Amino acid sequence: MDLSIFALLVQDGITNGAVYALLALALVLVFAVTRVIWVPSGEFVSYGTLTLAALQRVDGAPPATPPGTIWLVVGMAVVAGLMELIECVQRGEMARSVRQLLLWTGIPLAIGAAAWGLARLELPFWAQIVVTLALVTTLGPLLYRIAYQPLAEASVLVLLIVSVAVHFALTGLGLLFFGAEGSRTPAFSSESVQLGDITISVQSLLVVMTSIAMIAVLALFFGRTLIGKALRATALNRVGARLVGVSPNLAGTATFTLAALLCAFSGVLIGPITTVYYDSGFLVSLKGFVAAIIGGLVSYPMAALGALLVGLLEAFASFWASAFKEVIVFTLIIPVLLWRSLTAHHHDEEDE
Amino acid sequence: MHVRKWLPALAGGIALALSLSATADINIGVTVSATGPAASLGIPEKNTIELLPTTIGGQKVNWIVLDDGSDTTKAVTNTRKLISEDKVDVVVGSTITPNSLAMVDVVADAETPMISMAASARIVDPGNPKTKWVFKTPQSDALMADAIAVNMKANGVKTMGYIGFADGYGDGWLAEMRNSAKTTGIRIVAEEKYNRNDASVTGQVLKLVAANPDAILIAAAGTPGATPQKELAARNYKGKIYQTHGVANPDFLRVVGKDGNGTILPIGPMLVFEQLPDSNPLKKSGAEYIVKYEAKYGKDSRSTFGGHAWDAYLLLARAIPEALKKAKPGTKEFRAALRDALESTKELVASHGVYTMTPQDHNGLDNRARTMIRIENGKWVLAK
Repeated sequence: MDLSIFALLVQDGITNGAVYALLALALVLVFAVTRVIWVPSGEFVSYGTLTLAALQRVDGAPPATPPGTIWLVVGMAVVAGLMELIECVQRGEMARSVRQLLLWTGIPLAIGAAAWGLARLELPFWAQIVVTLALVTTLGPLLYRIAYQPLAEASVLVLLIVSVAVHFALTGLGLLFFGAEGSRTPAFSSESVQLGDITISVQSLLVVMTSIAMIAVLALFFGRTLIGKALRATALNRVGARLVGVSPNLAGTATFTLAALLCAFSGVLIGPITTVYYDSGFLVSLKGFVAAIIGGLVSYPMAALGALLVGLLEAFASFWASAFKEVIVFTLIIPVLLWRSLTAHHHDEEDE
Repeated sequence: MHVRKWLPALAGGIALALSLSATADINIGVTVSATGPAASLGIPEKNTIELLPTTIGGQKVNWIVLDDGSDTTKAVTNTRKLISEDKVDVVVGSTITPNSLAMVDVVADAETPMISMAASARIVDPGNPKTKWVFKTPQSDALMADAIAVNMKANGVKTMGYIGFADGYGDGWLAEMRNSAKTTGIRIVAEEKYNRNDASVTGQVLKLVAANPDAILIAAAGTPGATPQKELAARNYKGKIYQTHGVANPDFLRVVGKDGNGTILPIGPMLVFEQLPDSNPLKKSGAEYIVKYEAKYGKDSRSTFGGHAWDAYLLLARAIPEALKKAKPGTKEFRAALRDALESTKELVASHGVYTMTPQDHNGLDNRARTMIRIENGKWVLAK
């Protein structure tokens, strides 16, 4: 192995690590606030890439069918609206129902309609990215409202089972919407920078920089804004946060919106680097999960570092022993779990 | 009380079941991998089944299609269900090798013929007595690996690198390629594996390029085959790139884009039937299928996988009238007669090749079932 191969592997590892870091952050965020182990995070990544790919022009003509994600948003908006309506009627709060309907059905429908209209136009690439992010991010809160909010008080195990079910449902819908074959999106840039002997592609540089920027924005959000602080309070102590007036539903919705945005963003970032399939997300989210476990599902900086470690390990493992790459990456979780279970004191969730 | 309430319904159900079996339609059970990792192969097969006629030899045919989700357990469950509940006369499927291998035991026990649409030669291994009931339509890996080795030799290739799926498909190809390379005197200097969902194959490709072989074979199915190829292009690899017939679908061309130019692969002649000489009998039989398929599913929607399902139908269309002369559908005798008729198929010109079955060879394809093609500007071009 010479220096140039080493440099390329490190670059590859850091690029992938940056994507895993975004996922790990989303997983930690969701788990900390809602106790949901968010298995379907990967589907948001693949939906991100595939929606963007579906918006691309084919032979200079706009796509024949707008991305299926729009129909999912519409369908989920209707279901969420109905659920809100039923809840309001049961409580006899008719006045509130109009507001809730507008919020849960009106806004997603407006986003869906806008995306449907925009998909037919000749959009610049950045606008396509905005449409994609808007669509996929909308799925986050809707998913929380439909699948998780009715069970918000259930045990971690029940929430995990729901997550697995949601994962399978979204994978199946992905196959229906995007087909069995994969897609790539155009590169942001095909340039590369020469640093001595080492060539760094601008694409990888962009991925890493955007990841760092996202992490910085998150840090600001949690440190400076009221809603960010409310989320942190909920993460620390749900009952306490509720007593001081933080609505757990609002916290859950905000968390899922943010997490969906993070995952959709990872999807947009990896689209030009690799081919993404309707079922690609699971493996990506598993690696994000390994990174999140390294952070103990609570620590953001540790999770980001873990993601970097996973990315680098993966790159070097694929060079030295490609047949055992996944084995090596996932075996990493065993010593980490061992170390964590020895150092951390036992924490029983039912005690809260 | 409860029993009395249900009794009429039960009696009705039995009567219905009896009347159904009395009509003696031919029931053909199909299990394909229309979802899961092999969905890109299973979907064109399923689409092809939808094109098939509902009468063969003047007898009504019921196609009962189930999805096994590329899952071996599900494929076995489907097969059992088709045999015990639907009383099928023949099973077609599955799409992939592991599923088909697992189904062999089930159909052999039930003495029901089966036509697999998966590639591995092990499915019809004559050494296994149970494969008496099993046939398969796709070309075996050995036939295709040999075609690649011969082409490499002709192009002056002395050393080759290999990168393929870390699963049964890749392992099967690697084993066959080692054999073929040995017989043609080509040295394999690097062997790498990857997974179809891998986000990056940089590590493997760097190692391949460092070994500097004259040619590289990528053993993958569908669009995942583009991942190493694009990486090789990014690393400025100048040698020849070979793919397997697993990538021959329009999506691969779309994803690989201009990086696919010059790639060579072996293929069933049907894919490029327009370019075949008129003297080739496969030109007409390939056209018959592809024109019908593209009329329903759109221009350039052809893939070789659907052809395997079509060929299974052609085998049955020849064998069923023979079997009908000997026994009534739905009986054990009919299934045995159907098996015998399939085994005695001679010179059947189908979409992928010409089938001549023998007790030793339940695949029945020869060199006419392969041709080398090249990718040029997003099109398949017959290699001269």
